[in-house]
Amino acid sequence: MADAWTVEAHRLFKKHGIKTVGYVPDAGLTDLINACDADNDIKAVVMTTEEEGIGLSSGAWLGGEKAAVLMQSSGVGNTINAIASIVTSCQFPLFMIVTMRGQYGESNPWQIPMGQATAPVLRSLGVRVYEVETVEDAVGAIENGLKMAFVSNAAVAVLIGQKLIGAKSFIADVAEEVSHV
Amino acid sequence: MSEPQLNRADVMRKLMTARGDALIIAGLGSPVWDIASSDHKPENFYLWGGMGCAVSMGLGCAMAQRGRNVWVVTGDGEALMGVGSFATVAAQRPSNLAVIVLDNEHYGETGMQLTATSHGTDIAGMAKSAGIPNTMVTTDDAGVDKLAAALRSGPLPLVAVVKVAATKPNLVLPPRDGVYLKNRFRQAVLGATDAMHTG
Repeated sequence: MADAWTVEAHRLFKKHGIKTVGYVPDAGLTDLINACDADNDIKAVVMTTEEEGIGLSSGAWLGGEKAAVLMQSSGVGNTINAIASIVTSCQFPLFMIVTMRGQYGESNPWQIPMGQATAPVLRSLGVRVYEVETVEDAVGAIENGLKMAFVSNAAVAVLIGQKLIGAKSFIADVAEEVSHV
Repeated sequence: MSEPQLNRADVMRKLMTARGDALIIAGLGSPVWDIASSDHKPENFYLWGGMGCAVSMGLGCAMAQRGRNVWVVTGDGEALMGVGSFATVAAQRPSNLAVIVLDNEHYGETGMQLTATSHGTDIAGMAKSAGIPNTMVTTDDAGVDKLAAALRSGPLPLVAVVKVAATKPNLVLPPRDGVYLKNRFRQAVLGATDAMHTG
């Protein structure tokens, strides 16, 4: 069964008229990406780097459509100049859902620095950051974030915490067997 | 390798005869001055920053405006910075998107340092390998005519590299206010009411 917050996120995308969803995958985003991919009213766009999502979303708005951008917290690092230069300078609406790594129960130390930096870096650019750890908070943040982004020309990032999506387990998620050298 | 000879202003003047109602995203740097000089109008979005984002912005716009052609006009340095976007475009195959790279083999705004294309990097080849179905390299007037014909009648998506001389372009500066540029573009494309009340 799909994660409950992703079912609601997909429903809210449709309710708010999101037509394009750009993404660089993350395990925690799988159900939402699959729902968007299967939806004929939404164009799901796989991107080579998260920075493209800022161009994609801003370009869609120039053409009169709403887009959302999905990424893992490490990918936020790839978006910074694009957000600062394009979104902030031009007051483009931006709605991002970011699944967090490097927080609660992280098992890969290389994820921790960018995970810790994600919220403050986004805030430093003027992005409204909602950090959520329950399904109820996630749904509220997505609903209100979509409104703020597209009615108030705001940049909004909803950070889905690892308490909600769970910390990635290498043994369970990636391989049949794991050994160490 | 011989030095590119085409004059970028002449190239843009000729390509603009094929514009029709195409929307234009101008990539950071000289292409902004080129577009402001050759056909300044509200249906141009000038990127004064965000290097590497011109192609992805063109893709987003093309997917939202299926009934109109969208041109991305950018430089070799800007295109190289966002070169992965060619793969993203290839996966979507927008039949209304053309990317025109004015390749002078230099970073024109920062002191004319050499880009990788001066050492042989082939941006059209990179686009082709990324899966873009139509690519071309233009080095002379006949090639520019061929590109203009392709822009008129397709097929798209297209990535066209035009080798241009590393001369100083006409410095025609469009407005720098991003909010103004965004709103005038949307108003021209969507009409005044929809431009302000899409939310």
